[in-house]
Amino acid sequence: MNIRAQISVVFHLDKCLGCHTCSLACKNIWTDRPGTEYMWWNNVETKPGAGYPSLWEDQQKYKGGWDAGGKLKSTSKSRIVANIFHHPSMPTMDDYYEPWTYDYQELFNAPEGADQPTARPISLVTGKHIDIEAGPNWDDDLGGSPIYAAHDPNLAGLTAQQRQQLFAVEQLVFFYLPRICNHCLNPACVAACPSAALYKRGEDGIVLLDQKRCRAWRACVPACPYKKSYYNWSTGKSEKCILCFPRIETGQAPACFHACVGRIRYLGVLLYDADRIREAAARPNDELIDAHRSLILDPFDPEVIAGARKCNMPESTIAAAQKSPVYQYVKVWKLALPPHVEFRTLPMLFYVPPMAPVMAARQGDALNHVSQDLFHDIEQARVPIAYLANLLAAGNESKIGYALRKQKAVRWYRRAQTVGDVDAQTALRMLREADCSAEEADAIYRLTALSTFEERFVIPAGHRELGVEALQDPLKHKQQAGFGFIAGPRRGL
Amino acid sequence: MNLPLYLDRALFVGLPYAAISVCLIVSLQRYGWRMFTYSSLSSQLLENRTHFWAMVPFHYGILAVLLGHLIGFSVPRAVLAWNGRPLRLYVLEAAALSFGVLALIGLAALINRRLTNAKMRAVTSAMDWLTFALLLFQAASGVYVAVFTPWGSTWYAAVVVPYLWSLFGLNPDAGVVTQLPLAAQLHIVNAFILIGLFPFTRLVHILVVPNPYLWRRPQIVRWYGSR
Repeated sequence: MNIRAQISVVFHLDKCLGCHTCSLACKNIWTDRPGTEYMWWNNVETKPGAGYPSLWEDQQKYKGGWDAGGKLKSTSKSRIVANIFHHPSMPTMDDYYEPWTYDYQELFNAPEGADQPTARPISLVTGKHIDIEAGPNWDDDLGGSPIYAAHDPNLAGLTAQQRQQLFAVEQLVFFYLPRICNHCLNPACVAACPSAALYKRGEDGIVLLDQKRCRAWRACVPACPYKKSYYNWSTGKSEKCILCFPRIETGQAPACFHACVGRIRYLGVLLYDADRIREAAARPNDELIDAHRSLILDPFDPEVIAGARKCNMPESTIAAAQKSPVYQYVKVWKLALPPHVEFRTLPMLFYVPPMAPVMAARQGDALNHVSQDLFHDIEQARVPIAYLANLLAAGNESKIGYALRKQKAVRWYRRAQTVGDVDAQTALRMLREADCSAEEADAIYRLTALSTFEERFVIPAGHRELGVEALQDPLKHKQQAGFGFIAGPRRGL
Repeated sequence: MNLPLYLDRALFVGLPYAAISVCLIVSLQRYGWRMFTYSSLSSQLLENRTHFWAMVPFHYGILAVLLGHLIGFSVPRAVLAWNGRPLRLYVLEAAALSFGVLALIGLAALINRRLTNAKMRAVTSAMDWLTFALLLFQAASGVYVAVFTPWGSTWYAAVVVPYLWSLFGLNPDAGVVTQLPLAAQLHIVNAFILIGLFPFTRLVHILVVPNPYLWRRPQIVRWYGSR
């Protein structure tokens, strides 16, 4: 076993309120520079919806990810020779949007007249006036959904009736999908980069892009099926989410996590077996979720701990893995699922599927708390299970059903304890049918509803001192570090 | 075409040495100290329709032509022997001319793309314009020479290559090159200007062609220090 640590995250979609605070926290720190204005390393999409960039999930168009044979869809060693001058599946700025600003002086300088003065949008690329045709959240809250959301690739396999029901007036339903780089175990961007500029950090699994080595061959952009590698048109270098590694290394949660109003985000270490990555990524679609989960190792297993020590893993990382909220959600409770695991990059960001639309599914008659089939609402949900399964389980509806049933059982169990209008026997029966013990239900409730900052973000020590020691005498390093020259990211001639 | 002797010396002896020295020293300095600036500066994100019709013909055309020049430079006798039979000479000349025309068409499309699209103009520097002008002149003069002063592949190997070798042998002898037609002389001088300007332009991306990709492992993991 080759045991490595991966900083992994869970987004609890049932708690996401779609406020975009995460996106703005990220934007203000990382992507407000020339050439990055159109990038949203963290974005929040409305689902069903076309997303950002438009229809990113449609791999017929973008050729992202891997095929079952372990080959990249967008490029290969032979094809890169021909594609290096023109990449055939490269998205253009039109697939994202043309970023803009306003000249607010126009409001003050406008001559007095009968009309309100306006500030016309100005392109941040050309500096000229533009008409806005798209934005990073153009179909937010289902705006214009007959045009945008109707083309959502996750609607594949839904009946016409289900589709109509999704968008019917007074019945329509949506949820939010916050997205960052998944820091995959089998990253397509890394494998596609002709210059070997992209790499995965051994110590914590964060996928980074070495801008000094990036030569703008732009293979990472089409290769990433989540479209989370972006090309900076101004510097001529690609950029991506860095999981705020300068914050992580100093024990702080990434900015989008720290800022999250709904407290939907969890971050912690997972231990995994790096030798089995390729094998897991090559499994048939319906086995992928289990194969992916099987890579994650039990941090309490003495054999795993011994193996981790043998791989030079610091004790603090093993301890962090044992306290990891992500391990609970993903491996123990099986509540959190990876997005589009069929892209075969083995994403290490997991989503707890949203419950809220299920509870609102019943129309007309009131909810019957003592129904014989307590989970029937889930099958009749207004967001069809098939839709969620396309998004989070490679079409495997049983995985979504399991996660939703358990969440519902925990709710009813809590309701029996706090409100008291559900009798304890029914609640316990629901837990049993949802494969959940009372202790587990309490733990899920605690981590979901009551968790503190420290419980949500279990960040392992960065141990940069070990890295320094490997290269240089730490005392010398201390004397030499601190002052220096910083070269800005200036575009070459 | 005869020029005053001092001008011959300056253009065919002084200029080449200056250009090659600047090219070598500045390219290395830029690689070592300003590595961030090494980039192909792709603009495909901003414009994708005419990108294909400009980039692909230009790059394949110019690469084939450069390769032809390199082969003539390294094995001039083999080229002369090949050209000994008229049919083989015609085939070589036709191939060279078609790749030259391909490069010229691609370059014209590329410049047109940069001129007509507002987003493209935003990412085109003054140095880019100078580079395009020099490249356009180089490709156009090359095609002109190929058409109007046949058979270039033969006299390149017989006249220009000995001159180039004399430069590399530090025993410069402009000799017969100064007697070539004006277009051919301008083609040679402009080539050295391009070489001298090379490290100051976006052309440096030629030096970082990602050949290691062809034999590296797909996934890359970096650890602090060595491991």
